[in-house]
Amino acid sequence: MLRFAAEEEIMKVATNKNIASGLLLAGVTCAGFLAPLYAADLSIESWRTDDQAIWDEKILPAFKAAYPDINVSFAPSKPTEYDASLNAKLEGGTAGDLITCRPFDRALKLYEQGHLADIKGMSGLENFSDVAKAAWSTDNGDATFCVPMAAVIHGFMYNKDAFAELGLEVPKTEEEFYSVLDKIKEDGSYIPMAMGTKDQWEAATMGYSNIGPAYWNGEEGRLGLIDGSASFSDEGFLKAFEQMAKWKDYLGDGYQAQTYTDSQNLFTLGRAAIYPTGSWEITGFQQNSDFELGAFAPPKASADSKCYISDHTDIGIGMNANAKENDAAMKFLEWAASAEFADLLTNASPGFFSLSTHEINVENPLAKEFFEMRAECDPTIRLTYQILSRGEPVLSNHMWVLNANVINGTMTPAEAAAEAQENIDTWHKKP
Amino acid sequence: MRTVKKQPQPRRWHILVFILPAFLIYTVFAIYPIVESLRLSLYQSIPSAQGTGTTAEFAGLANYMRLWGEPYWAEQFWNALKNNFLLFAMHMLIQNPIALALAALVSIPTLKGAATYRTIFFLPTLLSVVIVGFIWQLILSPLWGITPDFMKWLGIREWFKPWLGLESTALVTVTLISIWQYVGIPLMLFYAGLLNIPEETIEAARIDGLNGWWIFWKVKLPLILPALGVVAILTYIGNFTASFDIIYTLQGGLAGPDYSTDVMGTFLFRTFFGFQSQLGDTYMGATVASVLFFIILVGVAIYLFGVQRRLQRYDF
Repeated sequence: MLRFAAEEEIMKVATNKNIASGLLLAGVTCAGFLAPLYAADLSIESWRTDDQAIWDEKILPAFKAAYPDINVSFAPSKPTEYDASLNAKLEGGTAGDLITCRPFDRALKLYEQGHLADIKGMSGLENFSDVAKAAWSTDNGDATFCVPMAAVIHGFMYNKDAFAELGLEVPKTEEEFYSVLDKIKEDGSYIPMAMGTKDQWEAATMGYSNIGPAYWNGEEGRLGLIDGSASFSDEGFLKAFEQMAKWKDYLGDGYQAQTYTDSQNLFTLGRAAIYPTGSWEITGFQQNSDFELGAFAPPKASADSKCYISDHTDIGIGMNANAKENDAAMKFLEWAASAEFADLLTNASPGFFSLSTHEINVENPLAKEFFEMRAECDPTIRLTYQILSRGEPVLSNHMWVLNANVINGTMTPAEAAAEAQENIDTWHKKP
Repeated sequence: MRTVKKQPQPRRWHILVFILPAFLIYTVFAIYPIVESLRLSLYQSIPSAQGTGTTAEFAGLANYMRLWGEPYWAEQFWNALKNNFLLFAMHMLIQNPIALALAALVSIPTLKGAATYRTIFFLPTLLSVVIVGFIWQLILSPLWGITPDFMKWLGIREWFKPWLGLESTALVTVTLISIWQYVGIPLMLFYAGLLNIPEETIEAARIDGLNGWWIFWKVKLPLILPALGVVAILTYIGNFTASFDIIYTLQGGLAGPDYSTDVMGTFLFRTFFGFQSQLGDTYMGATVASVLFFIILVGVAIYLFGVQRRLQRYDF
């Protein structure tokens, strides 16, 4: 209690200091008016500290070339602190004019609090699909407050060398998937799949959300849960839980105490053959592994059924409702909807794919393998992110625990499905 | 007869001057936040009238009713409290007896290298919790840890389990790690108490025919009872406040598997700051913090009025 209050104090002091430096800056800019040219200064709030170099060296210079009179700086804070510090800055009026948006409720809350501007009429927004825009729009679609920026695609990475050594083919269906896993297990020189349940989120994110859409037919099942026509105890959702129960036989010894970093290391060190994951790992894995990496889409439920991928809307960018440089910020957002930006972003940070409908040429071969899944498979987003996570406990977090329990064998798939449905039933009013 | 002019008592300003800094710091950084936190627990956030944003509205004890009335909150609360008391019990039954035994051994005057042992036992206490958590996670790791290999060498490899990842063993494992780290503190307190016992007392007991074993039970232990009381209350408080660090480091904010290591600290953290997609709730957080404050207050009060006043102290 003491610690929290102290932090609050520190934050207040910090805000005051920011105001003071703001005043100082304002003075300096006033003096700047004497100079013939006026340059607008924008700063981008973001949680992608890893991307500092990408923005400074690739994206922002390109913008500067197109708009020489606007200076943009990329000013991220730590991912774990982003939401809290952004809130404090917005309340104190010291936040940057451009704000990187998390998908769905966290950005929606900022819009509802009056911190994000409505940009529904902006030119360039027509370059995005409705699914992409849904992540940064109000439930009824009346307002859109962020330009969709990047998505991450779920799938599996595999060790091409190991597959060649064991004479394995990339699996396309559930049946082939398990037969590949069985063969790896039988051979014994590799752990079939690198995943643990210690951190819990992998079970739900890399497991359930990854392979599930094939069973609940992607968007159809997801929207069904929202409008009440589907339930977690339906065959599709239950089957996805049953896959999780089946997975435990293919994980490494002691997977219950295996963390996310353990799994990453296990795979990049070449001790595991398959790694259920998403495209965000590409850069790190390409740097850390010394074997050839490949990717395959989540297996289809059967040979004649459709293929689905989770093409999750992950990052957007919006404008501070109290922006000081309104016009300049708008110009940046319009540029963020352009083909040039889409291409720059997708190729500068492999694995984060532009959400726009512009045609993009993906250069990184592994990223390209993920990108090409978009052409073959129907996209959907992570099951629990839109609307469904407004209960207590938040369904996204609840799914971590449920899936980890199923994989650990402390809960049956049917029990997990029933508990997930109960979560929604307690609060969600079906339209 | 001369009358002595009565000197007025000089005002002792220095007392005020010396008290003031501590008084100010405590008021600003301890008392005010506690009061503010108690006040916040009586409010709730509601959508404001203008349609955007939220405002705080006085809600009486509604948050407390929610904490104990709604299954979602009540389940977490009682689970966390239960784990806290288990943690306390284990520390009392394992950590403190070990500390007492080690202190008794280290304080034997004829022991060679007592200072070295003392330092070694106290060393882990000086390490950062993050480092301790990381080291133990690695030691116990089924993938890279030395434990599986070590147990294989002993021929008991099949007894190895991913202890930190199993619901049945996670809490005990975390507790043992915490004990490993903090055993030095009660050890030092006991040790200081034992050193305070004058040589004559022990000599007298020896002349009366008691051996080392009985001297410990009949003479030394009764004389360090006050230290035992202090250790008990420190364990109680630390169990509610310090347990957060090691659990958050080892098991993360969700205190898995399946909340089996969740304590009041991690529960408070998730409620106040939020966790992943769970948004933080200042008012519910303040409620949990207030309940925690009262739990500690009651425990300390029982100790102060029920135990400490009855403890016999000896002046040597």
